[in-house]
Parts: sequence; structure tokens; C-alpha cells
Amino acid sequence: MRVIVNVQLKNGVLDPQGKAVHHALSSLKFNGVNDVRIGKQIILEITETDTNKAKETVTKMCEELLANTVIEDYTIEFPAC
Amino acid sequence: MLVAVAVFPGTNCEIDTKYAFEKLGQEVVLVFHKEEKLPSGTDLVVLPGGFSYGDYLRSAAIAKFSPIMKAVIEFANNGGKVLGICNGFQMLLEAHLLPGAMKRNANVHFISKFQPLKVINVNNTFLKQCTVGEILNVPIAHGEGSYYIDDAGLKELYANEQVLLTYSDYEGAVDNPNGSVDAIAGICNKAKNVFGLMPHPERAIESILGSDDGVKMLQGFIH
Repeated sequence: MRVIVNVQLKNGVLDPQGKAVHHALSSLKFNGVNDVRIGKQIILEITETDTNKAKETVTKMCEELLANTVIEDYTIEFPAC
Repeated sequence: MLVAVAVFPGTNCEIDTKYAFEKLGQEVVLVFHKEEKLPSGTDLVVLPGGFSYGDYLRSAAIAKFSPIMKAVIEFANNGGKVLGICNGFQMLLEAHLLPGAMKRNANVHFISKFQPLKVINVNNTFLKQCTVGEILNVPIAHGEGSYYIDDAGLKELYANEQVLLTYSDYEGAVDNPNGSVDAIAGICNKAKNVFGLMPHPERAIESILGSDDGVKMLQGFIH
């Protein structure tokens, strides 16, 4: 089963990369962009077939390693195959 | 004094750190990350700078699960003295031995230069040979050195005299190169046996190379 984990800085924590990209977009005359936040996507292929169990395991992975919960939030998605 | 310097894949400051402590007359052992124990009689553990595990995922995110880190965490929890420099500071944050987290520098650049630091608290082993308000000239070299902590955590740091060093100019005014909260460059834990800083005192031990201000910092652990 495929699981997609998105990790991004928490709201309120300044994202310097997002800010730099926002600035670059403005320089390229892409106006009308209010905000840019950059995160990372981690794509897991796991053997578990039960979605609830998978969510439990992946949540543990996020808490222990994939995200630093001091500054980052994460979401876990199960894309339709 | 026996100093154990931990070495991870991608660590690149272990020889400088060894050189610095040996120059100060101490015995230094390099300890590989796969070791599960620290050398018996270790007085100080140093987690040196570098790019452990290629900084993959986040700086120091993977290093914290190394076998040697289990021993370091146990050593620290038993009151052993631990110093984390640069990537080592990031390891201490990731391992929750120190509060807060590191973000990319505010200007998104890797910064490598001499940086004046202002001494904030000297009521600890590390900076006891320094004076409050003193300016130290020490190199910084990092891309992810923007220290973050929430307001409640920051209050606690100040209340317990855990803020050790801030970035400043040579006159002592705030000069924040990387966007750290309150320009914080170094902190310690509440028990004052775990110390972390982004600047490199081991690179400031000979005046011919620009500064020897690191000597009195490292000597805090010795005398």
C-alpha cells in the first residue's frame, strides 16, 4: 500500500525557503501570489494492508523520525490506487 | 580529563575538536557511531560539527538513532557533561536533550565567517571562565542554524539561565546572522550538564588563525 506523508513548517513558524521562492516568483512577474510555504513529501510503500493499522504505524514514524514536531506538522494520505 | 568525540558518517570536525582538546593537554578518543558504549572514564562527550548522514531529512535527524547516541543520552541523563557543536547542537535538539529546533538560515544561505558572540550567562561549567557581556570572536559555518523555540520555552530558558551566547556585533549590539529567536547562538539544559552552540570554539584556539577566544570556552570543562 502506498502512503503519502506531507511535512511542513507549522503555521506561525517563518519559512525562509518559502519566502525566498515567493520573492523569486514576484521577480518573474508572477503577481497575485499571497504566500508560499515549502514542505516535503515522503512516499512510502508498505506491506500493511489495513488502512487503520497503517495510519497508526505511519503516525508513529512521523512522531519519531519523519517530522520534527517542535516546528513541523504532518499529514498522512492514502491515495486511491 | 578523557574527552570522547563521537564520529558519524559525514562528521568533519572531529580532528579539529581532537586537536583543540589535545592542545589543551587532554586525552581524546574518537568514538565511532556504531559503538554502543562510551570509553570507561569518559569525562566529557563532544558531538562535533559536520553533516552527519548527509543532513538527509533534517540536520541530525538520523544521527540521533545511532547506537552511540543511546549511550550519549544515557550519559547525559546520568549527569555526564556533553558539548554539541554545530551539527552536534542539532543532534542534541533532535534527541531532545536540549529544547527547541533548528531551521534553515533566514537568508537561506550557508554562512561561514567569524562572528562576534555576546556572553549572556557564566553560571555554568562551559563559560565559567568568561564574563557576562564579554564579546568572543568565533567562526560560524552552517546552513541550518536558525534556532527556534516557542514563547513559553524561551521564557523558561531565560528563567533558568540557559541562554549562554547570542550573536552580536563587536560592540555588543544584536547582529543576527541567521534569524535565530532572540539571536540565540548557544544554550544549555536545565541541569547545566548539556551544552549546545552553533559557533565553532574548536576553530578559535590559535590567534594566528584569527582568534583564540575558543580556548577559555573549552577550558571551562577542564579547570
